[in-house]
Amino acid sequence: MLRVLFFGRLREQLDCDSLEVPLTDACRDVDALQASLCASRGEHWAEVLGAANIIRALNQEMLTANAALSDGDEIAFFPPVTGG
Amino acid sequence: MKAVLEVSVQPADFDIRTLQASLLAGDAREGGVATFTGYVRANNENRGVQRMFLEHYPGMTERSILAILEESAARWPVLAARVVHRVGELEVGEQIVWVGVSSAHREAAFAACEFIMDYLKTRAPFWKKELGPDGEHWVDARDSDSDRAQRWQGQQ
Repeated sequence: MLRVLFFGRLREQLDCDSLEVPLTDACRDVDALQASLCASRGEHWAEVLGAANIIRALNQEMLTANAALSDGDEIAFFPPVTGG
Repeated sequence: MKAVLEVSVQPADFDIRTLQASLLAGDAREGGVATFTGYVRANNENRGVQRMFLEHYPGMTERSILAILEESAARWPVLAARVVHRVGELEVGEQIVWVGVSSAHREAAFAACEFIMDYLKTRAPFWKKELGPDGEHWVDARDSDSDRAQRWQGQQ
């Protein structure tokens, strides 16, 4: 299983803070997982999760490129950060 | 000497005097401490702000700030560095964040403190929502913050 988390504006727009997703051939990497969530959960998800400025993190490290996934990974999607 | 690095992410307020004292080892090796304190502003981009809600990503927040402190200690001769960042609901005027760096000389303390704050703004997973008379607004990330963090790249 993959653990998928959403934060900030994204969490609110999707009305979802976390999901368990089985690791299948359709989501062997982060790009594929994002595309599969956009494709399988309706137009609203496709719009929100397909936005250009979304940041992805794998096992609590920010990603700047696609990355392969393995069972038990934690993937997070969130908008640009605004702390400080 | 390995720098002493500490991160706290907490709903509770903090006492600046206690934090500043915690950066001193007790044997007077420090020549100076540079600190920054961030507060909730009453106005942001011409919107009135009454309260603020700070969301974060537990676990990743602490890890990413510690990585920033480690990078600062690799760049400058830092003796101790500490970040305290609040989360949850905050009122206008309240303290949000505190950064403190001790070093033998002021140059490293000033530079590391500014570096930590600039990186924290673009790398630590916090999200601010403002609550005001016009309702709720998630705060948008600012290009000027990315530009400030970018300045440090390529500098050593």
